[in-house]
Parts: sequence; C-alpha cells; structure tokens
Amino acid sequence: MNVETNSRILGTLPREKAFYFFTSIGNYTGISASSLKEFGEKVNEINVKSLEFHLPRGDFEKWINEVLQDAELATEIRRLARFNLSGDTLRNQLCAIVSGRFKRLTNQLDSAQFREPTI
Amino acid sequence: MDDVDLKILGVLQEDARHTYTDIGKSLGMAHSTVYDRIKRLERYGIIRKYTTIIDPEKAGTRRILALMTVYTDPKESETVAEKLCKAPEILEVYTSISEELIIMAKVMAADQESLHAFIANSVAPLPGVLRIRTSIVTKKFKEAVFSIFNESRKSTFIKRTYNMKGEKNHER
Repeated sequence: MNVETNSRILGTLPREKAFYFFTSIGNYTGISASSLKEFGEKVNEINVKSLEFHLPRGDFEKWINEVLQDAELATEIRRLARFNLSGDTLRNQLCAIVSGRFKRLTNQLDSAQFREPTI
Repeated sequence: MDDVDLKILGVLQEDARHTYTDIGKSLGMAHSTVYDRIKRLERYGIIRKYTTIIDPEKAGTRRILALMTVYTDPKESETVAEKLCKAPEILEVYTSISEELIIMAKVMAADQESLHAFIANSVAPLPGVLRIRTSIVTKKFKEAVFSIFNESRKSTFIKRTYNMKGEKNHER
C-alpha cells in the first residue's frame, strides 16, 4: 500500500475533472461527484436510469481509471458491467463495490499514518 | 429606409449574387442608384454580410444537430451563455424568460458520442449549470432566416388557411 497513491485516489478533484451524471446522451442530471467518497454517495441516491446509462458505456470505469487513477476499482466495475444488471440490483452492487473500496483505502491510509514514526 | 430599400433588400435576400444592373432592371431604376443604396445599407449595418448556405449532407460532412436547454443559476446565466458562444460546436445561443432561467442553444456534432463528450466535458462543468436537457433533431421541416418579404407572405398564408369567418380551410 502506498500512502501517496491512496491519498490521491481519495482526494478531491477540481470541478472540470468531476464525474457528471447523465440519464441519456446530453441529458445532465445536475449531479456530479468530485471524489471517490462523493461518487459513492451519489451512486446511492441518483436516478437509477443514470447508472443504467453510464455503466454499459464504460463511463464509470474510464473516470475511475483515468481521473482517480484507481485501476483496481476500475477492474471491479468493468466486471460488474458484464452482468447487465439494472434497477436497484445494479445500484446495490455498485454501491457495495465503491463503498468497499473506499473503506479499504481509508483503513489502509489510517493504519499507515498510525505506523509512521514520529521524531 | 424607404420602400425602394426594402425592395432592394428583398431581391438580395432571394439571391445575393444579383448584379446592380439586374436589380436596377427588375425594379426599374438605374444601376448607379442601386449601387449607392446598397453601399449605404452596408454602411449602416442593415446588410450585415453576404454568405453561402451549405447543405452539410450534400457537402459530405454528415453532422447531427441537437437543441440543448441549459438550466442555470440566475447569477451565472450571462457568463454561461457567453462561454457557450465561444464553443465552435454551438451554432446559436438564446436566453429566455420563463420560471427558471434557461439558455437554449443549437449544437452541431459529428455523432452522438461527440455530442455527449462535448456536453459532459465542456458544458456540464461550467459554474452555474444546474442541469441540461438535450433533444437530437431527427428531421428538419423548415429553416428560414428573417425575410423582408415575410410580412406580405404571412397575410397570404392566413387568407389561404382561414376563410372570412375565421374557420380553418381544409385542403382536399
């Protein structure tokens, strides 16, 4: 585990790098996420149509891989997309993956910071 | 501007390539008069420019057209509209009076993916954008520019469509 990597993945992005939730081509919901934590929260409350729109297109995977630079989470999401889920099943699965990853990263970061020697 | 100017503008709107002599002949006046009047109309900015209308499909540049409605925070509306004007994908931008402050824009893109990428990366992140609704145009029934002849054509259209009692005429 690399403190720097975890901190980067968990950090807050500038507005132009946020994830913008759409329900179809060109139809923006007004909801965006500027961090992994916020992404997890928004996935939990957004219109499920938005999840059904973005997941098969690979938008979540792309943003997580290219912007957050979390290849591990991107791979988990790509695997989920293969199941062609919809509705609340999709939301629950996606929430579980994102919140699980968030918890792992924060726990790792907390314990690494706890172990850091003090002078 | 008088009636003669209006007539000259009408002829030019039909075809801006008419020569001064052509226009003079059709309106029964000297080509030098036509020249002077056109130059004056240009000087006053009444004639803004002479342009060419291109059919994108025939020119081999297939594009999709979309009408985008951007709901904005009233404080940022003007800035959002100005920023949209700078994007080459945007052809026209309007603001309107309604319950919510909205900006309407005509957008052209190579395909649906390019349209989505443009809106997601360049419009949604603009400060003050609350949400966006976009409709992709499937068929164009009419596209016209303001014509100096429109007023007279409007009354003919009304006469043709409605009878003297104001009832609609049904074409058989």
